[in-house]
Amino acid sequence: MTTALIFLPLAGALLVWLLPLPGRASGVLATLIALAEVALFAVAVGRFDFGESLQLVDRQSWFSDLGVSYHVGFFGFSLWLAGLTVVVCAAAIGYATWANRERARAYHGLLLFLTGSIVGVFAAQDLLVFYVFFEAMLIPLYVLIGVWGGERRAFATVKFVVYTMAGSLLMLASIIVFGLSQGTFDLVDSGVSSNDWVFLGFLAAFAVKAPLFPFHGWLVDAYRESPSEVAAILSGVVSKAAVYGLFRIAIAKFPEPVQDFQVPILVAATIGLVYGSLLAFRARDVRSVTAYSSMAQMGLIVMGLFSLNELGINGAILQSVAHGLVSASLFLLAGMLETRTGTSAFARLGGLARGRPDLATVLLVVGIIALAVPGSVSFAGEFLILAGIYAEGWGWAAIGAGAIVLAAMYMLRLISAVLHRSRGEAVRDEALDLRPAELAVVLPLLAALLFLSASPNSITERNFPIQGSDGVEAAR
Amino acid sequence: MIETPSVDWFALSPTLALLAAAGVALLVSVIGPAWFRRAFAAFVVFAGFITAGVLAGFLFARTPDAQPLLNESMTRDRWAALAAIVLAGAGALSVLVSWGETRRDHAGEYYALLAAAGAGMVFFVGASNLMTLFLGLEWFSLALYILCALDTHRETSLEAGLKYLIVGSFGSGILLFGSALVYGATGELGFAEIAAAGVTDDSLLLAGLAMIVAGLGFKASAAPFHMWTPDVYQGAPTSVTAFMSAATKVAALVLTLRVLTVAFPEQEHLWTVAVAVIAIVSLAVGNIAALVQRDVKRLLAYSSVSHAGFMLIAVAANSELGGRALLYYLIPYSAMSIGSFAVVAARERELGAPVTLDNLGGFLWERPFLGASMWVFLLGLMGMPLTGGLVGKFYVFSAAYESGWWWLVVAGVIGTAISLYYYLRVLLAMWTRPEPTAFRPAVAGGSPPRDPLLASAVFASLAVTVGSFIFVQPLIDLARDAAASLPF
Repeated sequence: MTTALIFLPLAGALLVWLLPLPGRASGVLATLIALAEVALFAVAVGRFDFGESLQLVDRQSWFSDLGVSYHVGFFGFSLWLAGLTVVVCAAAIGYATWANRERARAYHGLLLFLTGSIVGVFAAQDLLVFYVFFEAMLIPLYVLIGVWGGERRAFATVKFVVYTMAGSLLMLASIIVFGLSQGTFDLVDSGVSSNDWVFLGFLAAFAVKAPLFPFHGWLVDAYRESPSEVAAILSGVVSKAAVYGLFRIAIAKFPEPVQDFQVPILVAATIGLVYGSLLAFRARDVRSVTAYSSMAQMGLIVMGLFSLNELGINGAILQSVAHGLVSASLFLLAGMLETRTGTSAFARLGGLARGRPDLATVLLVVGIIALAVPGSVSFAGEFLILAGIYAEGWGWAAIGAGAIVLAAMYMLRLISAVLHRSRGEAVRDEALDLRPAELAVVLPLLAALLFLSASPNSITERNFPIQGSDGVEAAR
Repeated sequence: MIETPSVDWFALSPTLALLAAAGVALLVSVIGPAWFRRAFAAFVVFAGFITAGVLAGFLFARTPDAQPLLNESMTRDRWAALAAIVLAGAGALSVLVSWGETRRDHAGEYYALLAAAGAGMVFFVGASNLMTLFLGLEWFSLALYILCALDTHRETSLEAGLKYLIVGSFGSGILLFGSALVYGATGELGFAEIAAAGVTDDSLLLAGLAMIVAGLGFKASAAPFHMWTPDVYQGAPTSVTAFMSAATKVAALVLTLRVLTVAFPEQEHLWTVAVAVIAIVSLAVGNIAALVQRDVKRLLAYSSVSHAGFMLIAVAANSELGGRALLYYLIPYSAMSIGSFAVVAARERELGAPVTLDNLGGFLWERPFLGASMWVFLLGLMGMPLTGGLVGKFYVFSAAYESGWWWLVVAGVIGTAISLYYYLRVLLAMWTRPEPTAFRPAVAGGSPPRDPLLASAVFASLAVTVGSFIFVQPLIDLARDAAASLPF
């Protein structure tokens, strides 16, 4: 089941690359495959028993002398992250089809390949398998940004890849040391370690991927130069690979180092939260605001994880899903704005609400959920995170709550700069409201957000197993 | 009357098959009609490599325990047999890559020399005596010297041949001198006998050991003995470069580990450190020098220096796992190396000019199959997933860590990080269309020449590169059986 969930998009990618279909048709095929993936995910949820620990396991020895096996499966929380992936990626592929990108076959194939590797990351229960999928994500991202990106794409991709790979390679060294000292690379079979250096190696990879302050140098360039649907996946989903890694590996396998480094990590996360929010408030275009707010939100999520209690971690998972949906919607909307006006700069936008009710409504609703209005899923997530971190010290919670006010400031600024005020010079009268196809891409994401807002406990009550013998339990 | 030793012809059969192919090809290129020579020689040599590979496979299967050969001057064991299989595969692929090279002169001789070089290497990896070692080394080196200089109308080819000849002879000389010193210290030539002589701290022996390591380092193009590599790789005909980059490295590294573990177990504390230092220097020099290259063949040459460094990490580990790691690494490495040079060869034939980062522009879109394959090879050399390069690095680092060389792991990781930059430049170049001003149309009009044999060689390399990632266990089992022949 899990294997099918990973390899359906990968096989789909191969199919899209090899079939000589014209551009649009290949996009439609890719969208259908992505929708089939969503359906498959729904089946997986149906078969999943949320009372139990690791499930839907597939295991096959890969090379036995070092104890490496292809071992995949889902926990409750990782199933939600995988769900986020398939939904956001399906929306992104649908949007890419509608936007009719050049070299469509290559493009859609790469998006499918990316989908499969991200699902693989969330399913990996073996360190080498995790590394393989973690790195495999990088290849399509590199090409997607490098070929289809904006003006400064070459710079952005090299920066992105060098940052990420530097972290990943440290992780590879850590994986080898951890695996050899444990005698197995399996995440379920292996015990815990107290080696600080190995922990830091893992932390480096996840801190870059998230990104955590001060490893965010690649973020804005990559988010700004990507095609909008790639930015949606990058900020919405790929950053959550870091969440999975931090929780499943760093926290679960290194209980002692986690305690030792809790305060420095919380400091970095808090700085990221506040600094990111301030940068978002100062940013001058839709994409930069979304990018920096993403960094701020990742800081908040890491705070939740490193509160090291169930409330905080539960909130971090919920917030990961919520932020993934919000951020993906915002980047897709940014793309839609750009196709209409050719820019996402606030100085040249404004007054788009007039005569464009659908666009205004969608952007407003997403924006309001993003600023965590009470009753929204983001509010639930942030509340849980703050409640969790409060147990570690009221100061953390106070700073966190303050930063959430900043979120309101930058989101409202974004909404007003785009929708209201006088008409911007880039906004022509002919600029259309959202087309049905665009609505079809955004509305499912919005519906998911609204559903989760109505019942956030459909995730929070299904994150953790009641009992289990593996490392995730040790982290709680 | 001198008693003739009994000869195990089966053990020598891979070498003999290649020698026979070389002889037949050479004969036909002298007496056959002109139109017949090239095709016939290519076919015979290809068949020779395949036969040698199959025979080596039988040899592997039927040699569970190592046996001495020819008065203990050679060894019949799985270590040599597996290396011979890899060598034969590399040779067969090189023949396919070479076919599209429309050489009018010396076409038959080219293939004959290729087979002769292959025979020398297969002989070399089985050596268990300093004399046979030197004999094998000179045998394949002489063939390679000529192959490098074969395009006599190109100045760079002649330069490459001459440079390789001079520097290579220097390396061989050092190796021979080292062998003489070891003989002087121990009175023995056989690897096992040297170890059994029990001389430990003799300065003569240690000087000899150092010189043997240096001499083999020349052939493996490990820094600081790599000076010839970029010039020779750049100047030699690209198909020869493809063969050299894979096969010479296989032969030299496989034999390095054998001679060090069998003949010098007592000096282990010295040579592991020496090899580790050479590995680090190779990683540093190869990766840093590659950063500034514009010529793709030169860039790949420096990349091969850095890969020698990676594989020497496995040698320095001096463990059974290290031997396994080395043999495993050599399989995807050979495929990636031959594959990438094959793609360069295709582009070179298309342009009629040396391939640089500039004129590689747009290659991915013009020739999707070759371009995508090049991507896979380069990603593999980087150590990215879905290629055996990742598993190879994983094994090498694991072996190093297991033997306590954690700083070699760190060096390898840093080396890999640096290497990303230049591999990414090639990847980037392939998808970026050249500026109209810089664009030089291909010499001939129309679509690029079809070369199904080259394409099939690229496809085979691709299959090995990706297949070695998926089917790790069977390959590791082979490597384990092979490494069991060496005394660790």
